[in-house]
Amino acid sequence: MFDLPTIWAGLLALTIFIYVILDGFDLGVGLVFPFLKTDRDRDVAMNSVAPIWDGNETWLVLGGGGLFAAFPLAYAVVMPALYAPFIIMILALVFRGVAFEYRWRDKAHEKIWNRSFFWGSLVATFCQGIVLGTFVQGIEVDGRAYGGGWWDWLTPFTITCGVALVSGYALLGTTWLVMKTEGSLRESAYRYAKMAGLATLVFVGIVSLWTPFLSPEIAERWFTFPQLLFVLPVPTLTAILAAILGWSLIKRQDTVAFPTTIGLFALCFAGLGIGITPYIVPRAITIQEAAAPHSSLLFMLVGAVILLPLILTYTAYSYWVFRGKVDPEAGYH
Amino acid sequence: MFEALDAVLLARIQFAFTVSFHIIFPAFSIGLASYLMVLEGLWLKTDNPVYLRLYKYWRKIFAVAFGMGVVSGIVMSYQFGTNWSVFSDKAGPVIGPLMAYEVMTAFFLEAGFLGVMLFGMGRVSKKLHFFATIMVAFGTLLSATWILSVNSWMQTPAGFGINEVGQFVPENWLKIVFNPSFPYRLVHMVLAAYLTTALVVGAVGALHLLRSKTNLEARKMFSMAMWMLAIVAPLQVVAGDFHGVNTYEHQPVKVMAMEGHYQSHPEGAPLYLFGIPNEEEQRLDYAIGIPKLSSLIIKHDLNASMNGLDTVPDELQPPVLIVFWSFRIMVGLGMLMVLVGGISLFLRWRKRLYDNQRFHRVAVMMGPTGFIAVLAGWITTEVGRQPYTVYGHLMTIDSIAPVDAPAVAASLVAFILVYFSLFGAGTYYLLGMMNRLPDEETPLPASPTRAAGTTQLAAKRPAAIRSE
Repeated sequence: MFDLPTIWAGLLALTIFIYVILDGFDLGVGLVFPFLKTDRDRDVAMNSVAPIWDGNETWLVLGGGGLFAAFPLAYAVVMPALYAPFIIMILALVFRGVAFEYRWRDKAHEKIWNRSFFWGSLVATFCQGIVLGTFVQGIEVDGRAYGGGWWDWLTPFTITCGVALVSGYALLGTTWLVMKTEGSLRESAYRYAKMAGLATLVFVGIVSLWTPFLSPEIAERWFTFPQLLFVLPVPTLTAILAAILGWSLIKRQDTVAFPTTIGLFALCFAGLGIGITPYIVPRAITIQEAAAPHSSLLFMLVGAVILLPLILTYTAYSYWVFRGKVDPEAGYH
Repeated sequence: MFEALDAVLLARIQFAFTVSFHIIFPAFSIGLASYLMVLEGLWLKTDNPVYLRLYKYWRKIFAVAFGMGVVSGIVMSYQFGTNWSVFSDKAGPVIGPLMAYEVMTAFFLEAGFLGVMLFGMGRVSKKLHFFATIMVAFGTLLSATWILSVNSWMQTPAGFGINEVGQFVPENWLKIVFNPSFPYRLVHMVLAAYLTTALVVGAVGALHLLRSKTNLEARKMFSMAMWMLAIVAPLQVVAGDFHGVNTYEHQPVKVMAMEGHYQSHPEGAPLYLFGIPNEEEQRLDYAIGIPKLSSLIIKHDLNASMNGLDTVPDELQPPVLIVFWSFRIMVGLGMLMVLVGGISLFLRWRKRLYDNQRFHRVAVMMGPTGFIAVLAGWITTEVGRQPYTVYGHLMTIDSIAPVDAPAVAASLVAFILVYFSLFGAGTYYLLGMMNRLPDEETPLPASPTRAAGTTQLAAKRPAAIRSE
């Protein structure tokens, strides 16, 4: 049942999920950055993620590296299929990443780096949504290589996914700010969190309803009777969490909205998983077909079993060191 | 066919461009992380505030360089797939796990503790903060270890089989990780990183000594850097020689190109100091050489026979012109570093190290030579292993993704524009930071991040320290 390729598919899914949550909220901070009221608010917002952002982005490297190592065939097909979105995404991440340091080094050009931070975050997030959408809609495969055209990734569905992810990351970012900050910044964050929350629910709804129509295979999983019982908890729980989110934003429960949003992302992720398994390149290459040889997977698993808990421990420690509300007066370093 | 060649060439240029930009930052941050560890350790041990000021000074510079290294590194981890997907499919089972180990052991360690190192002073105990610095330094070295293992395996592959779909399949992980060229390459690169950092720190120290001979921080960093240079530069020559002998054993064709040996020399090969490789005619034009010295250096025997490129089919030869000259640039700069290190010892003995302005000016000019030597060295080894990606087993031309030339060209242009503007700005900021004296740090206006630390320091620092 749990052979090595399945375990690695699970670990990879976990890695991608952790990435989406962690970099999701710091990209989300970038998405609302220009809409904050004062330079001081922007300073605090950026400082709330400055000590942890590159740890968050490391999960993206592990996602890419893990796919390369555990499923080299899938990596070799997916990357050329998503050539432009991936190149644009990593370039956008460069724009955003350098802003963290450059912004403090050059006050005369602070506005340029503010823009670099915002546009980098926006474009990177949108591209990640496109990647997600292309993945769900399917990738054409020819032998052991990508067989489609250069613009297959650009469809109304993938663009909708891009917008949905922008809304989702904005929700993560604003609820993070609600949890981590005070004063006028927290006020702005609450306002934008409501907007982002509404947009997220609408677009997730559209994508969810759209997805089954992309392929009869997915539709069958969602709309035939015995399977329906297994998948029904996903939309039900989503509705419950959406209600909790709305309540926490209206009643101003600072520490509730962010974890609830993580829960919403987890449910979307589960829904995605239901549509994709047992494929790693949807409806073309299965997990088993793409898996690296046994010796590769085993060699890595030994390391992963020891190292991943260790990584999670010291990542948690690093978050704990910078716990609580960001104190703008103390400068917090 | 013609179009395929174009895409290959463009993809190679793109990889060379992005990886060359990338290596500059790790080459600096590996050494700088270790330097920061030493500085903080010395501060904790001696309680001398000079060390703490130097630590904070270089930490800011480290943060910028490290950030550029991170973002340019993400590009690398995806470029394997976008442009070299066939290579990824085939070599992934062997080198993928090594890179996954790099991420799991090194990248997370660096990123996880970097936050504490940069922002944690005052939040955690001094010892714990020192521990964070050690972990960051350790992480940079671990990262170098894994990625050099990957690169070395591509140069001297071992411990693998090939399966029915043409993938390299791991058979013996010990042999893969510790493949024949790995130990030599690792030592050579880590020493290079230390040298690069020593040269930069030395140049910054010298620059400030030229302005004020009595500046305590400038004296301290200049002295530390010159010790490092004097010790490590000769060691690097020895390590480089071992690496060269190892290369001759496993990749003799690369050495033929490095040496410009078009002809075989059955009775001792000359060491060419100058020459212009002529690939059309397969000969070295305007050659100036020392007879039999190459045989002495590589085979430790004046009369040892050495084969030349005349024994290698044209299509299996690397581009000799590039390899020949990049090798000479690296070695020439290395010799210059040994010389400067030696002079520093002499001046130190004569108690003139902090007074000799001519030497300080030389040290300033030596600042970028580490980077140039690192790049020249990598160009030598990477161009020298052409036309293969996995040496002897997978040709470069067979590694390319099914990409069209226009797509690669467009992304190449994007990389060039973005890298030059963003990393250009970063380099400008780095130089600006280095141009400021460590004890004249003025807090940047409205910058709570780093400036808060320096403001507190400035407030706490008694005026007396200046004259200690």
